[in-house]
This record gives sequence, structure tokens and C-alpha cells, in this order.
Amino acid sequence: MDTVIKVENLTKRFGDFTAVDNISFEVKRGEIFGFLGANGAGKTTAMRMLCGLSIPTEGKGTVAGYDIFRQPELVKKSIGYMSQKFSLYEDLKVWENLELFGGIYGMSDKDIKIKTDELMVRLNFEEERDHLVKSLPLGFKQKLAFSVSIFHHPQVVFLDEPTGGVDPITRRRFWEMIYDATASGITVFVTTHYMDEAEYCDRVSIMVDGRIEALDSPSNLKKTYIAKNMDEVFQQLARKSTRKAD
Amino acid sequence: MNISDNNPQTAIHCESVSKKYGKILALKNISFDVKQGEIFGIIGPDGAGKTTLFRILTTLILADSGIASVDGFDVVADYKEIRNRVGYMPGRFSLYQDLTVEENLEFFATVFNTTIDENYELIKDIYIQIEPFKKRRAGKLSGGMKQKLALSCALIHKPSVLFLDEPTTGVDPVSRKEFWGMLQKLREQGITILVSTPYMDEASLCDRIALIQNGQFLRIDTPENIVGQFADILWAAKSDNMHKLLEDLRNDEQVKSSFAFGNSIHVTVENGQLTVDSLKKYLIERGHNNIEIQSIEPTIEDCFMELSNTQI
Amino acid sequence: MKQLFSFIRKEFHHILRDKTTVMILLLMPVIQIVLFGFALSQEVKDTKVVVLANTSDDATRRIIDRVDASEYFDVAVVAHNSNDIDAAFRDGKAKLAMVFEDHFSENLKHIGKAHIQLIADATDPNAATSFMFYASNIITNYQQELSPTQTNSGLIMPEVKMLYNPQMKSAFNFVPGVLGMIMILICAMMTSIAIVREKEMGTMEILLVSPMRPIYTILSKIAPYFVLSVINFATIMLLSVFILKVPIAGSFISLLTVSLLYIFVALSLGLLISTLTSSQLAAMLISGMGLMIPVMLLSGMIFPVENMPAFLRFLSNFVPARWYIDAVKTIMIKGLGISSVLKDVGVLVLMGTVLVTISLKKFKVRLE
Repeated sequence: MDTVIKVENLTKRFGDFTAVDNISFEVKRGEIFGFLGANGAGKTTAMRMLCGLSIPTEGKGTVAGYDIFRQPELVKKSIGYMSQKFSLYEDLKVWENLELFGGIYGMSDKDIKIKTDELMVRLNFEEERDHLVKSLPLGFKQKLAFSVSIFHHPQVVFLDEPTGGVDPITRRRFWEMIYDATASGITVFVTTHYMDEAEYCDRVSIMVDGRIEALDSPSNLKKTYIAKNMDEVFQQLARKSTRKAD
Repeated sequence: MNISDNNPQTAIHCESVSKKYGKILALKNISFDVKQGEIFGIIGPDGAGKTTLFRILTTLILADSGIASVDGFDVVADYKEIRNRVGYMPGRFSLYQDLTVEENLEFFATVFNTTIDENYELIKDIYIQIEPFKKRRAGKLSGGMKQKLALSCALIHKPSVLFLDEPTTGVDPVSRKEFWGMLQKLREQGITILVSTPYMDEASLCDRIALIQNGQFLRIDTPENIVGQFADILWAAKSDNMHKLLEDLRNDEQVKSSFAFGNSIHVTVENGQLTVDSLKKYLIERGHNNIEIQSIEPTIEDCFMELSNTQI
Repeated sequence: MKQLFSFIRKEFHHILRDKTTVMILLLMPVIQIVLFGFALSQEVKDTKVVVLANTSDDATRRIIDRVDASEYFDVAVVAHNSNDIDAAFRDGKAKLAMVFEDHFSENLKHIGKAHIQLIADATDPNAATSFMFYASNIITNYQQELSPTQTNSGLIMPEVKMLYNPQMKSAFNFVPGVLGMIMILICAMMTSIAIVREKEMGTMEILLVSPMRPIYTILSKIAPYFVLSVINFATIMLLSVFILKVPIAGSFISLLTVSLLYIFVALSLGLLISTLTSSQLAAMLISGMGLMIPVMLLSGMIFPVENMPAFLRFLSNFVPARWYIDAVKTIMIKGLGISSVLKDVGVLVLMGTVLVTISLKKFKVRLE
């Protein structure tokens, strides 16, 4: 297994405030990596640096083999991104969204067409193909947004709280899609506030006050912290936080 | 019009309320009562109709049909009276980001014709945690802090009924736990709380809950009763290959449903259809190792999934 | 009452904390006045003149020499007939024509009066009025030198004619114009944006679910922009009196009264826009497209209303700035009293009343 994300001593400061404080970790190809932390622990800042959107103050990192500081454009080409606010254009049709994002990532027209057809069948979306995205039920949008984010078959996909506010069944179906994606070799980097979802990850890191306080598989974390589930692990760690108002 | 004169214990009364947006039916025939001093949870995913229901009850929009009253006052005819006595925290952060913590609180106090000092006792426990940052602009607060400020602002006039629309959405588990602690304290002070949430694990913290999906209530009861009414047998299954386990369980026709739940898979089986041993045997045949299957108590999430499955 | 004051204080906080916007709002009138003023002062130097004098005599020559010597003029073309003058205007070779009557000098001596016709290309009315003023001055000076004591003999009768813009707007047209535009911009656009912002932020929900009376919400949204507009009015007045040297010919009180009335109309327009829109962008576009462009094109600020095609002239009746600009010109430039602008005042009062009634009726106590 090779390494897809490698981060060493990554730090980001805003003035006096250290948002991300000297974090280091590696993510292997095909892994589901859970990136947890309380609000304001520095998750978003760290994720922005990994996506090439923000320049680190110190330290270095590579994503998909490219330097996040020197080659942000190449990083962006090799990753997919989906946030809880659906990264879709509501006033475009389903296939238009796919065509647009395929085009943005430089896929050929033929490729886009083949993959669109194939995706519509797989998601059972053939009837909705010509519908505007805003007319779709929430669960549909969620699946579509994820499919769009991995449409160009990126090496890594970053999912920022992808399941917020979704009903329990859709949430689980969504995770089944994530498993399918990893089976095809895509690495998944995901944040969530649902602690049961932390259990679905291969490895989980928990950030507290800008630092990674714990990083291991869910079962090892539960052993280490003598906890019966991930929620207890999280509560124990996050309560150590001294960072209050930021 | 004082609809619920006959029952002074009722804080919120809702009868056959429906609401349409264009062709989409946002609420279908919603009826329920909330007793005074109760924490009543409306639990369901985004788009289920929670916000629409809150807006009708807080007099912000009109229902197409049905009647509703808050504190005995009709939401249409006596809307002004209701606006004087309820506290409301909308779904997204709705304070002035360019005003400081203190300025926001002072502003909302005067809007409700009161002062911070007058009701300080009520908000003290919550406000004291953000008081060190009272000169900071609200936009610069963290998620948990914003939530505390918003709650303080909604409480500043000592409302008799508090409406909290998804107060914990997007908030981390630690802050969520803290927030529910604050709500328990408020209930002790006699404030009725109607709260909505997409997090099923918060259901057990309410006195009574309504599960909502697609504009309809699936069930209204105490969390214990809802769990007690779970019709099927529920098992938690584990093996070395969880992904394959899910696939194999889905392929077994005697299994009604199977979904990942944390580190195990919850399997529902209709009464008398299948035994633990025969399922184990089936899984061993499929090449699974270290199989664990045990009978478990359902959670609210299991109930919701069962109810919404039969609903669809 | 405390509710209202606390609300107004909050509004001032919002505005004062958005430093960039405040600076733009306060500097906008200054920049506009300076820009227009600069453009104007460039116009009058070395204005090209065409002369037509069929009888070349002593007096005509002297006047022409003086005009040519002046820094304001440059005699570029000598015409032989009226066709030449038309051609010079058409080709842009001249902006001013001086036509001496036949036997000018003789008439002056023997009959005691002589006629001279001044024809101006008034497409730029500001410039035209200025150079017309300078040309008349040169003629008057010559005449006074000719007969310093006797005022009766040797009278030169200049006859002024404006081409292309016969009604001739007075100079410094743009001061009333800028006033009319700035007020609309600040009152209507900023007020509507301020109200719609509460809708967008979600704070409107909380305000509606409170005992706050809608009229308080409206009044406190209006108050800061009213103050800003008065400051801008003062800035423009000071700039125009001290920098541009445009005196306030009429009564300042009348001018102030008319301006406050116009601010009221603009604020009610802003309110109306806010009730019709739910996003800041829509509010901005409606006030931008729906107000700014009519103000610039139909108010008489740039193009004289009298010269417009009938349909546009009819439309201009519905542009409040048209009536305001007319009233300001009458009071400020022509120096007439408030009694001369009763029609303007009447129209503005009517517009304000109608707008405020509609917007108060439309202001929602619910979200939809």
C-alpha cells in the first residue's frame, strides 16, 4: 500500500493564533480516514491546506504525490471535494452538473458521456437525468453530489460533514457508496459529527486545539481510552480543550 | 380566542395543521399537544417539515388548514400576544455578527421591553460562560459560543415557551451534550421547550418526541414507549469482514433489513422467521470468521428507520 | 420609545463598523462634484469662434480683435454668409458665432444702436452659458469704453441665440443633478439593502417573533440614512458655494425644505423596494437599474426634458428627481422663492404619500 497523503509538522498561524499546530500523519491508498475534532479545533483549516486552498505557515505535505505548497494546481486536479452544502448547481439539470464538473477536470466529452450513462444506471437515476437538481429529494442530491466529487476518479476525495441533517437510512446508504468508492481505489478523507460514522473509518484522528491528540483504528482507540464507543473516546479527548472562544 | 381554556396545562396545541409550498406538501395533517414544562422533541431529517412547523407555531407563516395555539393564544388571531411571550432560536445563526456579544444581548432585551438585569438569573448559567468575551463581535465566536449567545438572547425576556429549531446542527458532540444540559436546567425553571433535531441520539433527552418524515409524524410518544413498540427482533452482527457481512445479510431473504450501526450491523428479523443459530450457520457457509450475533435493545434510530421504511 | 432608540443605535453601529461603505457614501458627492467641476472648467478656454461681418468697419474689427485676444476665445473662421456658419458648427470648427448686422459701425454712430447676434452651440449647456457670458462681457466692456458717460448713445444690442438646446439650461446644472442622484442612491438603495439584509441574515425572523412594532423597524432603518443624506446635502452645498462659486441665489430655507421632502420620497422608495425583494443583490439591482438610470437619463440632469421625445417626456413625469432638480434650479440658480416651485413640491408630496402608504401596507408582519 502506498501513501496518498503525507503531512509533516504542518502549522498554520493567523497572527498570534495557531489554528493548526504542528500536525503529522499519513494516509494510505484506499483507506477511509476519519478526521474528527470539536468546532474550532482546526479541522477546516487543516483540510483547506491539504486541498491547496491555503498556504501552510510551516511544515510540508504532499497529496497524491504533489507538494501542497508548490504544486497546489496539480493537487487540485487529483482530488475531489464535497461539503455538506451540496457542491452542485441547483439550477442545472442532473446531467448538466456531471458534464460541467467532468469538463472542469478535463475529461473528454466521450468519457463524460459514457460515465454519465453508466452512473445513471448504477444510481437508478435514469428518470431524473433531465430534472433540475433543486427538484430532487435531499437523499438524491447527496448521492449525486458524492458521485460528482468522484466523477473524474480522483486519487483522494475530501468529504466535509457529508451527511449532516440526512435521514438515517440515506446516511447509511451514503456510507455504502463510500465503501464502493474505496473498493475502486479512491482514498476517502472525511469529517463528521456523527460518532457512529467514526466507527466506519479504517483509522480516525481526533484534533484538539490544533493538535492531533489521537490517531488509530476505532477498535484500538476504544481499547486505549477504555471506552465502549467512539463517542466516549471523543468526549474524553475533546474535554481536554483549553481553547474556548475561537 | 382562547382555544385550550379547558386545559390550562397545554402549552402548545396543534390540530390537523397542513401546509403546502406550491405542489409540495410540507406538512400533512399534524396534530399534537405539548404540556407545560415539557421538553418536546421533533426529530427527523432535513426537509421533513420541522422548520415549517416551527414557523407556523411562532406566527411567522400561516398554515393552509388546521388550528394551532401557543399558551392558549391562537397563532393567527392572537399573533401579537404570542410574540410577547415566546422565545425563538431559528435554525441558522441569526444574530448581528457585527455587534458585540453584549450589544446583541442588550438589543434583544430592549426589543422585548426588558433589561439584562431583570432576567439575569435565568440566563446566568449560560451567559457566564461567554461573559469573558462580551466585547467580542458575535461573528468572531466559535460555534458553541454562538449557540450560547443565541440561547441567551432567546431567553432574555423569560419566555413561557421556547422554540429551538435545530439548535445543535453542525455542533460537535461535546458542545451538544453541554447544550442539552442547559435545556434540562431550563425545564426545571418551568419553561416549556419545543426543540427539533436531526440527531436521533438526542431523542432520549426529551420527555416526549415526535418522529417526523416527509411532513408527517410517524409516531408521538415518550422515547421509552417508542422503543418498546419496536415490532421486530433486532440483532447486532459482527464478523471480520464487515463490508461482505452487510452484502451477505442483504442477500438472505429472511432478513428484513440490515444497516451498519457503528461497529456492528443491525439486523431486523420478523418474529419467528429466523434464529441466531441458523443465521450464524448461513454466514459460516459464506466464509465469515469470528461471527458475533446478539439480541439488542433498539435505539430511536432503529425505530425511526423501521417506521420510515414501512411508511415508504 | 426605548425600543426605538436602542434599535436606531444598533443601526448606527452597523453602518459605522462598515468603514469602507461609510467612506464611499461620504466621499461620493465630493468626487462627483469635483469631476463635473473639472470637466466644466476645461470647456471654456479657447472656444472656437466664427465671425460674419458683411461690412468690415472700425467697430466690428475692434470687437473681433478683443474677442480673439481674450483667453476664452479663438477666432477660427471668417464666414461670408450664414451657410458658412452652419458648416462651421456642423464640422465642429466653432462653438460660437458672432453675426454683425450690415453697417454696424454707422448704425452705432448715427442711429445710436447696432445689433449683434451671438449664436452658441449649446449641446453642452454648461459650457455654452459660460462662454456666452464672457462674450457678452467683452461687448459690454467695449461699449462702456466707447461712451463712458453717455449711456444712451452708442448702444450695442446683443441678441443671444442657442442652437441645439434652445431652452438653455443654466450653468452648474450638475449641482442639482448630483444632489438628485446622491439622495436617491443613499436613501433608496442603502435603505432597501439594510432592510433586506435582515431578511437574508435571518434576524428578521427574530424581530418578527418579538413585540417590536414594524413601524419601529422601518423608522430605525431610515434614521441613519436620513442623517447621512443631510450630511451629503451639506457637503454638496459647501462645495458648490466655496469651490465652484455657485452661490445660493434663493432662500436656503426653501432649498432645505425641498431637499428634505425629496429625501422623504427617496426613503419611501427604498422601503418599497425592500418589501418587494428578498435578497440584497435584487435590492441593489432594482435600485441601480430602476432608479439610477432614470435619474440620469430622464430627470433633465444630462438631457433637457424639453428636448425629449414625447414618450420619454411623459415618462420623466414619474421620476421624482426631475421635479426635485427643477425645484433646486429655480431656487438655487434662478433665485426664485418657494412660491415658484409649488408644482414641484406638490408632485413630490403626492409621490411621497403614495409610496409610503403602499410600502407600509406591504410591509409584512409574517415571513411570506
